[in-house]
Amino acid sequence: MNKPLRRIAIFCGILILALLLRDNWLQYVKADELQKNKHNRRVLIARYAQPRGNIIVDGKPITGSVETKGIDFKYKRTYKDGEMWAPVTGYASQVYDATQLEKLNDSILTGDDDRLFFNRTIDMLTGKERKGGDVITTLNAKAQKAAFEGLGDKKGAVAAIDPRTGKILALASTPSYDPSTIAGGTDKDAKAWKALDKKNNPDDPMLNRALRQTYPPGSTFKVVTAAAAFENGTYKSPDEPTNSPFPWTLPQSRTPLKNEGNIYCKNVTLREALRISCNTVFGKLGDDVGQEKMREQAEKFGFNSEVFTPVRAEASVYAKGMDRAGNAQSSIGQFNTRATPLQMAMVASAIANDGKLMEPYMVDKLRAPNLNDIEQHSPKEMSQAVSSETAAKLQDMMKTVVEKGTGTMARIPGYDVGGKTGTAQHGVNNSDSPYAWFISYAKNKEGEPAVAVAVVIESSNTLRDDVAGGKLAAPIARDVMKAVLDSNK
Amino acid sequence: MSSTSNTTTISTVGPPSRRNTELAMLAFAVIIPIFAYANVGLAMSDELPSGLLNYGLGLGFLAAVGHLVVRKWAPYADPLLLPLATLINGLGLVIIWRLDQSRRLAARAEAAGQTFTAAAPRQLMYSALGIALFVAVLLLLKDHRKLQRYTYISMFFSIVLLLLPLVPGLGMNVFGARIWISVAGFSIQPAEFAKIVIAVFFAGYLMVKRDALALASRRFMGMYLPRGRDLFPILTVWAISILILVFETDLGTSLLFFGMFVVMLYVATERTSWIVFGLLMSAVGAVTVGSIEPHVKTRVDAWLDPFAAFDNGTTDQIAQAMMAFGSGGTVGTGLGQGNSDLIGFAANSDFILATVGEELGLAGTMAILLVYALIVERGARTALAARDPFGKMLAIGLSAAFAIQVFVVAGGVMGLIPLTGMTMPFMAYGGSSVIANWALIAVLIRISDTARRPAPAPAPSPDAEMTQVVRP
Repeated sequence: MNKPLRRIAIFCGILILALLLRDNWLQYVKADELQKNKHNRRVLIARYAQPRGNIIVDGKPITGSVETKGIDFKYKRTYKDGEMWAPVTGYASQVYDATQLEKLNDSILTGDDDRLFFNRTIDMLTGKERKGGDVITTLNAKAQKAAFEGLGDKKGAVAAIDPRTGKILALASTPSYDPSTIAGGTDKDAKAWKALDKKNNPDDPMLNRALRQTYPPGSTFKVVTAAAAFENGTYKSPDEPTNSPFPWTLPQSRTPLKNEGNIYCKNVTLREALRISCNTVFGKLGDDVGQEKMREQAEKFGFNSEVFTPVRAEASVYAKGMDRAGNAQSSIGQFNTRATPLQMAMVASAIANDGKLMEPYMVDKLRAPNLNDIEQHSPKEMSQAVSSETAAKLQDMMKTVVEKGTGTMARIPGYDVGGKTGTAQHGVNNSDSPYAWFISYAKNKEGEPAVAVAVVIESSNTLRDDVAGGKLAAPIARDVMKAVLDSNK
Repeated sequence: MSSTSNTTTISTVGPPSRRNTELAMLAFAVIIPIFAYANVGLAMSDELPSGLLNYGLGLGFLAAVGHLVVRKWAPYADPLLLPLATLINGLGLVIIWRLDQSRRLAARAEAAGQTFTAAAPRQLMYSALGIALFVAVLLLLKDHRKLQRYTYISMFFSIVLLLLPLVPGLGMNVFGARIWISVAGFSIQPAEFAKIVIAVFFAGYLMVKRDALALASRRFMGMYLPRGRDLFPILTVWAISILILVFETDLGTSLLFFGMFVVMLYVATERTSWIVFGLLMSAVGAVTVGSIEPHVKTRVDAWLDPFAAFDNGTTDQIAQAMMAFGSGGTVGTGLGQGNSDLIGFAANSDFILATVGEELGLAGTMAILLVYALIVERGARTALAARDPFGKMLAIGLSAAFAIQVFVVAGGVMGLIPLTGMTMPFMAYGGSSVIANWALIAVLIRISDTARRPAPAPAPSPDAEMTQVVRP
C-alpha cells in the first residue's frame, strides 16, 4: 500500500510546485508588467505620495501640490491660472491619469526617473521626504497672458514661437478648462470631468486647439504658395507683374474662383496680390507651380508630419493626388489643406528666420530636486524651408501687408512687423461662419526675428462680414508680439 | 548473538519521542509572528503596537497548551505538525491585524453602510477554539482506529454537513456561493468540517471494499477496468460533487471532495484506472457545469481574462490580486507597507495570500507555500508510517485534501485556476477553517503517535507484511 502513498505524496508535491512556479511567474517574470499596469492603482498612489515637481514658466511655478485628507493620495495637484496654462501643462488627476507635459514628464515630476536614482538614494539615507524634479518650459508668461486674454470668450487658439530657436513662447486655446477642478478624487471632480467631456460639452474645452486641431488655413497659406513660386523660379521678384487673368476659372472645371470683395486682381504683382489677398492670383500660381512642388514646399515648412514639442501636435495636411482644380484651391488654403495654429506659426517663423525652420519645443530643461540640470534641450534645425533670398522677398511682402494691406491692425510702432491675414471658409457650401486667421512675425531693435505667431478664431457668433482675420485675429497677434518684444528689452 | 540482542534493545527503548524538537520549533513558530506583529506596528504607525504583549502571550499560551497536551497524550507524535500549523496561524493573525488597520477597508465598509470591526481579536478567539478542539480530539480519541466504527454514521453526517447550506433560512448566499450557514449570528462553513468526517467515511468504506474494487476487474488496453457495479460508489461521490457544484456553486468544495475520494480510491486499490476515471469524470463535470451554471461561468471567465473586469464592470478581485503579487516583486514592500487592501472584499479571508505576496514578496510567499508543503509532507509520512490500512488511508486522505485545498485557493488567488470560495487553511480569517484544520492536525498527530509508539504488536492487520516503517 506504500507505493500509491508515495505517488500521492509526489502528486501533492507537484501541486505545490505548480504554485511555486506560478508565484515566480507572477512576482518575478511578470512583476514589472503588473506593477505598471494601467489599472494598477499603486502607480497613482505613488504618483501622489509626495509633492509633485513643478512646471515652471519664467522662473515661477505654474503648478503646485496641496496635502489632502484622502485615503489613497497624500497630495493633490493644483494649478495657478489653470485655464490659461492648460494647453501647456495638460492635467494630472488622481482619477483620470495625466496628459501632455504632466504625463510626458511624469517620471521626473514624481522623482521616479532613473536619472534621479542618486538623489533618491541620498534622500532615503538621510531620511528626507522624496521630491520630484521640475520641468522648466520655454514659455513667456506675458505673451501667454496676452494670447489668452486676447482670445477672451471667443473660440480659438494662439501659438507663438521664437524663430531663432524654436522655443514656444505662447500656446493658448479657448475655451479652456482649469485642470485643478479635475485633479482630485471627489464627486465634485467627477462632476467637473463629466461637464468637460466632449459628449456633454460641444465646446470641447479639453481640446488643445493650438496643437491638436487642424483648420483650413485660408489666405495665410498664400505665403507658402508665394514661397513655392520664388523657390521654383516661377517669378523672380515680388514686384514683377504676374500672368493672372481675371476672372479665372479653375482648371479642368467650369467653376470660377472668386475673390473676397470687389478687388482688382488682374495681372497684379505678387506683393499687391498678397496685400489685398487675391484668390485668383494665388490659385493660378499654385497651378503654375504644380501640385508636386507645392506639396514639397509645404512639407519643408513642416506639413504632413506630426511635431513633438514634446507634446504631440497633429500633422497638418497638404494632400496628395488631387486634381488640378483641387490643387489650385488647396494653394489658397482651402479644399483639403489643413493646418494647426502651431504649423502656421512655424511658417511665419521660418520666413522670419531667413528661411531656416527651427524645431518648436517647449521644455527647456529638466531639473532635479537639488536644482541640478538633468537634461538641457538645445535648439535643432528642422529644415531650410526656403532660401534666405526667398525669405527676404517674403518678409518684404508680409511687411507690406501690415503696413498698408489687410493686416494694418498688427502694426507695432518702431518695430519691423510682417504678417498675413486669412479668412477660411468651411462647412457645407461654406454655410458656417469662416475662421479668422492671422500669422505674423516681429523683429526686435537689433533686427533679429524675436517672435512668430499664428492666431485662429472660430468666430461662430460673429457676423460673416466682420470676420476678416485682420480685424479679429491681428490685434491678438500684435499684443502677443508686443509682450515678447517688451520682455526682451 | 550480540547483533540479535542489539536489535532487541532498540525495539524496547523505541524511537525518541522528539518532544523537545517540537518545543524548540514551537519557540520559532511563536517568535517569528511576534516579530512580524511588531514590524507591522512600526511600519504603519511608527511605534510598537500596544497589543504586542497580549498577542505574544496569547499565541505563546495556545502553543504551550498544544505542546503540553501532545507531550502528555501523544508523546510519539510527529514533532513538526504542531509548530508548522502554529506558525501559519500566527502569521495569519498578524496579516489579519494588519488589514484591520487599513483605512481603505474601513472607508469601504462605511460606504457600504456596515461597521468595520477588527477581525484579529475574533480570529484569536477562533484559534483558541481550534486549539480547544485539538486538545479535545487528542483527549477523546486515544486510538484513531476507533473511528472505523463510525464509517456509515460519518457518511450520514458528512452528507448532512454538505447539504446544510442549501436548507432555506439556514444557508447564506454570499456573492453567489452557498457554502455558509448562519447559526446564532456566526457564519459557519460546514464543508471545512465535512472534509474531516468524509475522510473517515472514505477510509472506513474503502478499507472494507478495497479487495472487491481492486481485484474484480477486467483488463483492457493495459488498464484494469472495474466492473459496472463497482463503479457505483465513485459515481455516487461524483454525483454529490456535481450537486454541490450546481446548487452551492462552489468549485473548490466539489473539487476537494472528489479529489480526495479519487486519491483514497487509488491508494486503496493501487489501480491507476481509478485515477483515469476520476480525472475524466471531474473534467466532464467541471466543463459541463462551468459552461452552464452562470456563477461558475463568471468565475471561469474572470480567470481566463482577469483584466477584462475593468472594461465590463465585473469584479476585479483577481486582477487586483495579481497586481498585488506583481507589485510585491521579489522581496515585497514590507509588512504594513503594501496596498493589497485595494482588493477590497475578502482581503483578509479568500485573498489573504495576496497580502503575503505584496508585503513579503516572492521570497515570503514561497516560504509560506513551503510551510504548507511541509505540513502535507509530514501527513504523507504519517500515512507511510501508519501500521494499519485505515490509518494510512485516513492520513493520506486528510493530507491530500489539505494539499488540494491549498492548491485550489492559492491557485485561484494567483490566477492559475478559476477562483473558488475556499480559504487558506490556518491563515485566512474564518472560524470554521481554523477550527476544522486544528482538528485535522489533531487527527494526523494522533495517527503519527500511534504509528511511532513502540507499543506491543499493533492490531492485527491483513496488510502488516507490506507495511514499511519509515522513521522520520
